[in-house]
Amino acid sequence: MAFSPQTADPLNALVNVLLRDNTHRPDSGLTEGERELIATYVSSLNDCFFCQTIHGAVASYHLGDEDWSLVQSVKCNPEQAAISPKLKALLAVAAAVQQSGKAVTPDLIAAARAEGATDLDIHDTVLIAAAFCMFNRYVDGLATEAPNKPDLYRYRASRIAADGYASQDAYMPPAESASAASVAGTN
Amino acid sequence: MPHITLPEGLPGIRSLAVYRPETGQPLYELAQALLRSGSPDSTLTSAERELIAAFVSKQNCTAFCMNSHAAASRYLYGDQRDLVDDVLADPNNASISMKLKALLAIADHVQADARTVSNELVAAARAEGATDGDIHDTVLIAASFCMYNRYVDGLATLTPTDPAAYEAMGERMGTLGYQVPTTK
Repeated sequence: MAFSPQTADPLNALVNVLLRDNTHRPDSGLTEGERELIATYVSSLNDCFFCQTIHGAVASYHLGDEDWSLVQSVKCNPEQAAISPKLKALLAVAAAVQQSGKAVTPDLIAAARAEGATDLDIHDTVLIAAAFCMFNRYVDGLATEAPNKPDLYRYRASRIAADGYASQDAYMPPAESASAASVAGTN
Repeated sequence: MPHITLPEGLPGIRSLAVYRPETGQPLYELAQALLRSGSPDSTLTSAERELIAAFVSKQNCTAFCMNSHAAASRYLYGDQRDLVDDVLADPNNASISMKLKALLAIADHVQADARTVSNELVAAARAEGATDGDIHDTVLIAASFCMYNRYVDGLATLTPTDPAAYEAMGERMGTLGYQVPTTK
């Protein structure tokens, strides 16, 4: 993102609308935590370590999931997770999008509507899932480095929850930034 | 028939940008930055950028994006327009630069599984003269079309079948670039 500010701006604008601003529209039936869960789940299906960890941390922050167990259960098996039937149906739509847009069948959409999903919920689910098929590829295709300390993701999640997504702010807490250069990459 | 209620008569991404301008705006700005402006040190032309977009859309089997970006690439290539269909048929047999072939190979891996973009593939592109900006832009064009294709197909938007419709789109994209549609 720092390499290319002219693309970072629309990329950040897109995630802020999808994961934050649209939550407050009258026809939205998805909370910020649920939107982050969709992003986390798709990133997990794409096996993108950085994206599933940071968006999982933000989801856990919003959902009061301090030990990350709820997010872990969604990644392992959404059907068995302690989430609403509507979110389960939307995660099934997201999983289809991760495979191919054409895998989203009228039956999957009807199942989500039967649980109360609105047009906006379906639209945002499809676009969140599609966008993370982009972000995951961007991050992994350029072999970017990812920190491996959970507390760094927890710190970053609290900043994102407060201020939204932006590319110019520091990733590390002030006390950690001096050692930032030595944080090992995991990808 | 689209999965949600969209403005009638508009195809593909245009119907989605009119339905939700808040997301349409950054999606069109991203397309303009990647397919026209490019990174400062990039050597890729707009015609080549459109060709990478059409190639990835073909791999994803998204007819709307493939046909519209192929049409834009043909328009921008001018009298070399036949290259577009040669590349879509088989990039390795097309009369394009070795650098563009190497970048299309990277795009192909990003589309299939970005974890397989190896140091060797990147080194091969650099050996043919690709800059950091060329590699960055190729990866992000390919990644972004893995989004646009899924968005357009995942909501089952209208896909015109008349080739003339795409030729008109290609000329508009080639001359005006990417401006968010505001009306039907």
